[in-house]
Amino acid sequence: MNKPINYIAGAANPRQKQRERADTRFRLYGMTALALAMMFLVFFFIDIIGKAIPAFYQTEVHVTINYVEAAKTNYNKAIDHKLSHIVSRGWLRGLPQYLQAHPEMIGSSSEEWVAADSRVDQYIKQHDGHGLKSRYQKIVDEMSADGRVRQVFNSGFFTTGDSKLPEQAGIMAAAVGSVFTLLLTMLVAVPIGVMTAIYLEEFADDNTVTRAIEVNINNLAAIPSILYGLLGLAIFINFMGVPRSSALAGGLTLALMTLPIIIIATRASLRAVPETIREAAYGLGASSLQTVWHHVLPLAMPGILTGSIIGLAQAMGETAPLIIVGMMAYIPEPSSSILDATTVLPAQVYTWSTESMGGYAERTSAGILVLLTVLLSLNAVAVKLRNRSQQTW
Amino acid sequence: MSTADLFLWFFGGLIPLSAMAFWLARSKALSVESTGNRLHSRPGFYGLYAMTWMALPALAASLMFSAAHMFNLFTVPGPMLLASAFALGGGGLWFALGRIKTDFRARQAVEKVMRALLLTAATISVLTTLGIVLSVIFESIRFFKVIPIWDFITGTQWQPDTAFLIGAGRGGESVAPPLFGSLPIFAGTFMITLIAMLVAIPVGLFSAIYMSEYASHNARGRLKPMLEILAGIPTVVYGFFAAITISPLIVEAAHAFGLQADYTNALAPGLIMGVMIIPFISSLSDDVIRAVPQSLRDGSLALGTTKAETIRHVVLPAAFPGIVAACLLAVSRAIGETMIVVMAAGLRPNLTANPLEGMTTVTVKIVEALTGDQEFDSAFTLSAFALGLVLLTATLILNIISTIVVRKFRQQYE
Repeated sequence: MNKPINYIAGAANPRQKQRERADTRFRLYGMTALALAMMFLVFFFIDIIGKAIPAFYQTEVHVTINYVEAAKTNYNKAIDHKLSHIVSRGWLRGLPQYLQAHPEMIGSSSEEWVAADSRVDQYIKQHDGHGLKSRYQKIVDEMSADGRVRQVFNSGFFTTGDSKLPEQAGIMAAAVGSVFTLLLTMLVAVPIGVMTAIYLEEFADDNTVTRAIEVNINNLAAIPSILYGLLGLAIFINFMGVPRSSALAGGLTLALMTLPIIIIATRASLRAVPETIREAAYGLGASSLQTVWHHVLPLAMPGILTGSIIGLAQAMGETAPLIIVGMMAYIPEPSSSILDATTVLPAQVYTWSTESMGGYAERTSAGILVLLTVLLSLNAVAVKLRNRSQQTW
Repeated sequence: MSTADLFLWFFGGLIPLSAMAFWLARSKALSVESTGNRLHSRPGFYGLYAMTWMALPALAASLMFSAAHMFNLFTVPGPMLLASAFALGGGGLWFALGRIKTDFRARQAVEKVMRALLLTAATISVLTTLGIVLSVIFESIRFFKVIPIWDFITGTQWQPDTAFLIGAGRGGESVAPPLFGSLPIFAGTFMITLIAMLVAIPVGLFSAIYMSEYASHNARGRLKPMLEILAGIPTVVYGFFAAITISPLIVEAAHAFGLQADYTNALAPGLIMGVMIIPFISSLSDDVIRAVPQSLRDGSLALGTTKAETIRHVVLPAAFPGIVAACLLAVSRAIGETMIVVMAAGLRPNLTANPLEGMTTVTVKIVEALTGDQEFDSAFTLSAFALGLVLLTATLILNIISTIVVRKFRQQYE
């Protein structure tokens, strides 16, 4: 007599349990992978934000300023000798000019909160490698006990350009450079990209030339960004004579890099517009150009906009090609023309990261935080736009 | 007159003039129509027609003068360039206004011009490729005239220091010839790419499998944008993070195991590059996995397989060509990635298999050669273009292979 088969799960096949365990394991792998990625994201943001927050606060010290005649030429005369390494050198350098403009101040003295030297700033924030000598540490400790040291919001970080003194370095010049460069990128890449996509999608016959252009665009999208830098250096700067480090050189280079992204996104959204719309337009006597301009393009607009924003956000965070075309110059003042030497936010972050003084490391993180905020908001806008405009026909 | 002023004057003049041309022609067309004659096209088309006749000759003239200046043929003074360009534009406008008649087919004429314009835009992308290829090849040829190509590819010593002296004409008998053996640089690139792939492929692929096969619609909608944040972080930020946070961690960890690690070790940039590439692999694989028809899964599950077995034996093989293509594209990404390695990897070419030692990559050497003082006669500067040529070739080959894989092995269901 055969034993009756037990059909309850697990008994029919001795490997059943094993297979089920493998099934759970497999699912677990997937969850682990995602958890790893998320954990990295959390760790990364905590690390960057933790490093950046101190840079938004600037240490100030309360000192007596003597507006003596001699300070017009030697600014060190204006303050107590032993404080000259406590107070920011950059602030002191502005004194003679101030005295020239306000001669009536000479002879008076006042108690003021002034920016502290970067080393003092780092010492107060208890960062390693602050580099403050022990005798100055003692002075700062005493002042701190007297309540003559405070931390205020560092508005200078947003209003000044780069500086050789970390306590005075800000992102303004780089931000202006980024805006100039991106405006150029947008003005060049968006019209050309959209026109290319319209040609390929709406007008081109399916022949060898068209197919060659398509293959070429797909290849362009995969070419590393640094090679666009080589192109910019060899063609724009050496051949066409565009000034090195200028927003024009950087903007054109980034425009070529962004072009394939915009073309691919625009083609996808043009393809999503149903053929019936075009046929209806033709039926009413519209020409092919009128059909595209009046009917297809408006419907494809949200997709084109999304693609353009994503492309520009990518261009904004790009550093490598810009370093090659020289956009990592020392720029203390915002530039006023697209032909002047400029730097951009990511390049400024890179330059600061190569500096050895502690004050710069903090500013690097703060610059990164600003950059990330702008980029992630741009991407969020793009995603929102995409979700809202996803139309089903 | 500076170039910037010239630009300003040219476009500052051209744009209002074009608007004026449009308005003039359109009002002329309207007045023709108001006399009771029926025009062939809408009045706006006559406006556009006049506008193209105004703007195109002016643009063509200025482009020709700029090109002549660039090729050092002759240089026209700024005011003369402006005057001749605008005079040509005015002539075009006069001609166009004269053609506004009831039987003139302005729409067809404008469409022809627009089509040509669109085609011109499309050729710019081809010109870009051509520009990259030519600029890299021409400078590389100059480099290979000095350094034999075989020495460049197979040499194991990279000591370009004396190239500056020779470039400046000060290379005497006593100066050792510079060595441009790029094998250690290729090895470093390969090592860092390998580490990146070891992180990115498993994590990216399993994330894609989980999101497309297991996660609910809602969870997927929330997980996917989170992963895409990783792709939105600029590489300079990853580089800083790798150099400042990860590298010291690795040095400490290695020390705890009794190993010696450099601060410029290959592991830190490799790991972070892997993280950067995760969303790239996951979203591409997600697309191909979701493209596998549901009927295949249903058929397999109906045979009594578990979900994991269905995925492993049915879904993944069906999606395999797409996944391979995604991985190849990811490799080309990793090879060309610059900022992470510039900031976190070393500068010294090092032929070693130990990822805890500092090593350098192709992109690092390109950046090193092209920042700082440049002399375009020095082999050191030109070496950047030779390395760029290698990078371009590798990227294009990977891209072509991935295209072939997708085309050849694509399963056709239906």
